[in-house]
This record gives sequence, C-alpha cells and structure tokens, in this order.
Amino acid sequence: MRLRLAVCLALSLFCAALPGAAFAVDPDEMLSDPALEARAREISKQLRCLVCQNQSIDDSQADLARDLRILVRERLKAGDSDKQVVDYVVARYGDFVLLKPPVNEQTLGLWFGPLALAVVGFAGIALYFARRRKAAPAELSDAERKRVEELLKSDSP
Amino acid sequence: MSIFRLRFFLPIAIFALTVAILFSGLWRDPQLLPSALVGKPAPAFDLAAVDLPKDLARPGVASADLKGKASIVNFFASWCIPCKAEHPLLLRLKESGVAPIYGIDYKDKPEDAVRWLTELGNPYDRLGADRDGRVAIDWGVYGVPETFVVDGSGRILFRQTGPLSSRDLEEKILPLLKGAKP
Repeated sequence: MRLRLAVCLALSLFCAALPGAAFAVDPDEMLSDPALEARAREISKQLRCLVCQNQSIDDSQADLARDLRILVRERLKAGDSDKQVVDYVVARYGDFVLLKPPVNEQTLGLWFGPLALAVVGFAGIALYFARRRKAAPAELSDAERKRVEELLKSDSP
Repeated sequence: MSIFRLRFFLPIAIFALTVAILFSGLWRDPQLLPSALVGKPAPAFDLAAVDLPKDLARPGVASADLKGKASIVNFFASWCIPCKAEHPLLLRLKESGVAPIYGIDYKDKPEDAVRWLTELGNPYDRLGADRDGRVAIDWGVYGVPETFVVDGSGRILFRQTGPLSSRDLEEKILPLLKGAKP
C-alpha cells in the first residue's frame, strides 16, 4: 500500500515537471532586460507559429518560430512598441499569424455569427411562447355551457 | 396550410445547407494560408552570390534585379526534399526561357548548395544565399520550397507554397507570366 502511494506520488511529480521540460524559449534567446523580455514573451504568445499552426511561437520548437522569437526581441531592443512589433510580423505573414483574429469585414461572421445565431434562436423561442399564449382556448358555446352546468350540478356518485 | 409546410421544410432546408457547407469544407486544405504579400511590391533585399564552381556560378540577387521584366523567385534548400521534386520543372522552365528564375538558397551551407546544384543542375539566372533566413521572413515564407511570380514593376503576382507541379506551372504560372509581360 505504501509502495503504491509512493509510486503515485513519484508519477504525479514527474508529470508536473513535464511542462517545464517542453519549454521552447532557449536561454540564449532571452534578453538581459527582464522588462523587455517579459514584453517579448507576451508578444510571442499572441503570434502563431506558421509551421505548426496551432502553437504560438512562444511554445513552438520549430526553427521558424525561433527565428521569429529572435526577430521580436530585436525589434523590441530597437525601440519598437508592442503594436509596432506585431504589425511588423503581420505585414509579412498576414492576419493569420495572430492567434486572436482581428475584427474586420472578413472575420465578422466569426466574431458575431454565434451571437447572431443565439439572437435568432431566442427570438424563435419568444415568438413560440407569445403565439401559444395568444391562442387562448375558444369560448364555450351555449350548448356546451349548459352541459357543463348540468355536470357540475349533478351529484356524481 | 402554408405555415405547416414552412414548419416542415425549414428544418430540412437548414439541415441541407449545413451539410452542404460542411461537405464543401472537406475539400479545402486547412494548411493553405492566405498570402499577405500578393499584390504588394516585393520586399527590399540584397543577397550575396552562392560560392559555386565557375560553370555553375551565378551573380547574387537583389530586389533591384526584379525590376524591368516579369520573373520567378524560388526559395529552396538542399536539405528540403520537396525541393528536389520540383527541381526538374525549374530546369524545364529555364530551358523554355519564359522568364528569368531567381533562386534564394534558404538556410543552407554553401558546400551543400554546391553539391545540390552540381548533382541536379542549376536552373537559376541569379542565385542568392539567405544564410539566416531573414529575407525569407520578409517575403512571408514559412517553409521551403516557395515560389513567387513577380511582374516587371517588382510587384508580387502569385505565391505558391510547397513544391510546384507541372499543372501549377501550366495553369497558373505560365499564364501569369504571359499576361505580365510588358
């Protein structure tokens, strides 16, 4: 029992250490200025690695991702603002390089499509209930009312 | 009655539309990326020549060389296997003499480039060495091979990522070159 516990503990410790092992940014890429380096990391997290496509350049170990990380740091060292650095990369690789797509006419459907669908859906539900309420049951005819009164009066066994 | 029909057919219509959209998506290549540089002037660059033996040697290539005549710019590397697949097409294109072909040797050791071109032939009219891959980044290249068609004013008309096929050549590149000729 105790052995099993120890194995579990060792395994979970090993797993917890793994993400650190998969770290993509090499120490030799890093800038000596910690503030600048932090900005570089933030920017790198927003930029897509075009080789692996679903990783940011901060996460990717592809050669191109490394080149782009170094480029980002060079631009920062040259005094560019964060936006200037991102624009620099976008000018070369297009909006696709941004992991968070910008709002423009091409991405309207992407950004507002789900909202539009939800609005249409709720409108449909509201319409359905409004109609159901409006369609009140028809008034009883005289003959029917008479019959109801008879039924209510009669002492049912 | 008409309201009943609408109620009956609308869900079917929505379903059919969804199926059609998803079905057409099966044939789209998700790896194919939109190009930021098509329609824009080619980025400025100036690359030194690859050091080749005399019979294979070509001058280096710079953005100024792209002006005046429609041309083809091909990014390749000796370590790139699909580049080997498209190489015979480039040689054929060179023989036809339709347009100058400018090669950019991406992140390659000079001796490897020499071996590659000696073995397979040199289809390039000019050949520059992009040792650190910076020019490739300026062109938005994310993998070799990539091929661009540039018109006589130095504007990028077309970009192909991945190896050329003879179909690409005949259906896309050659018509563009014919149309772009001044």
